[in-house]
Amino acid sequence: MTDTGTTTKMAYDEALSRFEPVLGLETHVELGTASKMFCGCPAAFGAPPNTHVCPTCLALPGALPVANAQAIESTIRIGLALNCSIAEWCRFARKNYFYPDMPKNYQISQYDEPLCFDGYIDIEVDGKSVRIEIERVHLEEDTGKSTHMGGATGRIHGADYSIVDYNRAGIPLVEIVTKPIPGTDRLAPEVAKAYVTELREIMRSLGVSDVRMEEGSLRCDVNVSLMPRGSSEWGTRTETKNVNSLRSVERAVRSEIERQAAILAGGGRIVQETRHFHEDTGTTTSGRSKEEAQDYRYFPEPDLVPIAPDPAWVAELKAALPELPSVKRKRLQAEWGLSDLDMAAMHNADAIDLVEATVAAGAPPADARKWWMGELARRANESGVALAELPITPAQIARVTELVASGSLNDKLAREVLEGVLAGEGSPDEVVERRGLKIVNDEGELSAIVDQVLADNADAADKVRSGKIAAAGALVGGVMKASRGKADAARARAMILEKLGVSE
Amino acid sequence: MSLIHRTAAELAALIAGGEASAVEVAEAHLDRMAEVEPKVNAFLHVDREVTLAQARSVDERLRAGERLGPLAGVPIAHKDIFTTLDMPTTAASRILEGWRPPYDATVTRRLREAGLVILGKTNLDEFAMGSSTENSAYGPTRNPWDLDRIPGGSSGGSSAAVAAYEAPLSTGTDTGGSIRQPAAVTGIVGMKPTYGGSSRYGLIAFASSLDTPGPFARNVLDAALLHEAFSGHDPLDSTSIDAPVPSVVEAARQADVSGMRIGVVKEFGGDGYQPGVLARFNEAVALLESLGAKVVEVSCPSFVTALPAYYLIAPSECSSNLARFDAMRYGLRVGDDGTRSAEEVMALTRAAGFGPEVKRRIMLGTYALSSGYYDAYYGQAQKVRTVISREFEAAFQQVDVLVSPTTPTTAFPIGERADDPMAMYLADLCTIPTNLAGNAAISVPCGLADEDGLPVGLQVMAPVLGDDRCYRVGAAVEKALESRWGGPLLKEAPAL
Repeated sequence: MTDTGTTTKMAYDEALSRFEPVLGLETHVELGTASKMFCGCPAAFGAPPNTHVCPTCLALPGALPVANAQAIESTIRIGLALNCSIAEWCRFARKNYFYPDMPKNYQISQYDEPLCFDGYIDIEVDGKSVRIEIERVHLEEDTGKSTHMGGATGRIHGADYSIVDYNRAGIPLVEIVTKPIPGTDRLAPEVAKAYVTELREIMRSLGVSDVRMEEGSLRCDVNVSLMPRGSSEWGTRTETKNVNSLRSVERAVRSEIERQAAILAGGGRIVQETRHFHEDTGTTTSGRSKEEAQDYRYFPEPDLVPIAPDPAWVAELKAALPELPSVKRKRLQAEWGLSDLDMAAMHNADAIDLVEATVAAGAPPADARKWWMGELARRANESGVALAELPITPAQIARVTELVASGSLNDKLAREVLEGVLAGEGSPDEVVERRGLKIVNDEGELSAIVDQVLADNADAADKVRSGKIAAAGALVGGVMKASRGKADAARARAMILEKLGVSE
Repeated sequence: MSLIHRTAAELAALIAGGEASAVEVAEAHLDRMAEVEPKVNAFLHVDREVTLAQARSVDERLRAGERLGPLAGVPIAHKDIFTTLDMPTTAASRILEGWRPPYDATVTRRLREAGLVILGKTNLDEFAMGSSTENSAYGPTRNPWDLDRIPGGSSGGSSAAVAAYEAPLSTGTDTGGSIRQPAAVTGIVGMKPTYGGSSRYGLIAFASSLDTPGPFARNVLDAALLHEAFSGHDPLDSTSIDAPVPSVVEAARQADVSGMRIGVVKEFGGDGYQPGVLARFNEAVALLESLGAKVVEVSCPSFVTALPAYYLIAPSECSSNLARFDAMRYGLRVGDDGTRSAEEVMALTRAAGFGPEVKRRIMLGTYALSSGYYDAYYGQAQKVRTVISREFEAAFQQVDVLVSPTTPTTAFPIGERADDPMAMYLADLCTIPTNLAGNAAISVPCGLADEDGLPVGLQVMAPVLGDDRCYRVGAAVEKALESRWGGPLLKEAPAL
């Protein structure tokens, strides 16, 4: 049962004038623990297929799980960062269903006793604070990864055969589920995106996951339903999977609002189902219907003992939480003296941590911000990568600003140094050395260049001598050209005026 | 006396003293197996060369002065539900035919390290589901007392091997009575330790919250020596108890019940119990009293609800535990002809690979866990389980141990109950409460029933981690009866 993707949609503005969206987000975060959730295999990403496996994560007969204490600690820290209550006693549960990439044919998860529950986070959208309530945060294990070969869709239906990599099977996974989010109105797509962004930053600040959406270490399912304006009864929701970037979160919400609105306006009904988001078209297509959904036969996992975190330990974890991103943003904004708009721009560009690290490495905040939001943002944009992915470190930027401040580089040369670093030519100092980019500080050398320029531009020199100091600009330009940009322009100007016997 | 008639303790002493080698002892048992296996069918896998290589290695280690355990060089048979590196492990199922595990179960590994030599892997009811060993995919095992009768189950291969003098010791697993009932009906000793006292790592799971590895032997001291050799905390099994192993060997040597308070479970007796079983049981109780124990009757009214609760909990867990047998990574694969989907191959494999009793329990369990039925079945059964645990706790406030017949009847004829699951399930009536509560219980021989001349077992139940009390009472009964009989009950396997 697949639909063609040529779904009828209603224009977003019209959809919003007639319906009110209700959101829900389920986010899976792969924890960056050294070992898997229930065995000692490495949890690292990117190893050759089926090399990080053992009797337990392959579900060989007789093998048993042992819970990873670090993963439990990370989950509690996540719960605390999301203002959740921490269960005093809870159990793992088995979620039973057959699928070839799930070795035991049940997933060890949590059911009605999550480790963390009833939390919230506040996010900023369009200058407005929105509170997202968290239903639960629980710990489970990831499945293996199936790749479906042949067939047009890359999905299991229509594939010739499938191959499975069990390296991922058993990697600890934290599921964070929001309560339904009504009242976002036309900002629903932005709210969804801002929430996932905030979650990602919280995970990063806790150091519990590398939260890379493209590698699947942060995965998001987006639930959307619509209710007619004036109604208080929530509509049937769909759950959209395969939403693999922040931008896709926004697009998936928008697309579902437009699709559901067209169906409801045409007198149809929404089918409760799983839908798949397609990056290329920005639309969703039908997956399996929840109406024919499986009964997971949850029951408490008898191979594991209950988790009963000591309240004193939980209090210690809470006290030791790092500064959370939203708090940190407010602090840095004050420290750096930035406007809301500038701060928001840096946040959107994912530049705050980079600027902070650059400042920490010794750069003045204004300079650090200027480079990351200017030259480097432009280059990242050109090559279509995230700022953090540029092959340059905050320490290197700090060094460049230092060279500028000490007069060794000017802005033009500094840009060339950055270009060299980005091209893999080494550290800023190595690039300066190899490309010969140091400002001409040698008075004798500069004096010789100035003399030559004055001789070659006698007319301009005369004008300056006669008091038209504005004409000195052309002479400075000549010195810069002759020195291939390596002269200090201010010094060159002073020397020209001195040699011509005028003062400003 | 021939080597096969020795106790494990005697064999260990002979080997330690250099009077016999591990190889000689293993050969004697292998020869016995070659002689009687055609009649008994206790073993699924025997590999003479592998066994002798192990024995040679133990002899070399001993000669080199290595200090191994107190059972070094003694041969043992493992129930074919414990994984073994050097022998296949099948759980007596077609679905695992020929499967070679890449790892040793903790029980297997510890005994290997202690210098015990593996004689082979013994038959069982498929995935330990049954009370007669008739549910094996590889044919039934026969009772050495009467080859037309069952050796008990599910650990029937292990009980028969010991009763037939093919092995001095064997391992079993007890989920609802699968050690104690086979021990009772073959006239040997079988112990279900406290749940969590022995590791389940590498034990192919039937019902995780109930499965308990335990020892078989022909006398109480041997059982205690084996119990001590493989027990204790295992970091690979989260449900294993991090506490010292109860002093079972010391208790077996003590064999003294004077001053002990012994409770007779009122609910286990009467209708449905074979008169000869009750007669021997009552004599054993009288004997304990004559040895200085104080005997009282204790009522545990909820014990009669244990059987139905068990037949919801165990199948529920098994329906999930056995889901992994899906043809994807190991074992049987049926219908993989390039045209069928993975789902179809899974279904065809499971249809062909599981026997009828396994399928029955998977279906029962799947139903009991289903949405809308969970509370009425699985949830309710868990409540019963809690009530039973509390009744045990209350009883152990009054007495040190509880006693009952191990089984309502002696060994029944092969085929008699094969088509009547309910009658089969009743074989575990007296043993199941202990599994639900997770405490310890032993079965020791207490004579032969008058009507059929077959062995009767006395069950001694103790609190959690009170395993030593089972051995203390069991050894006292054994000592007194042997002096009355002028030797052990089982002098020679009567049918061989």
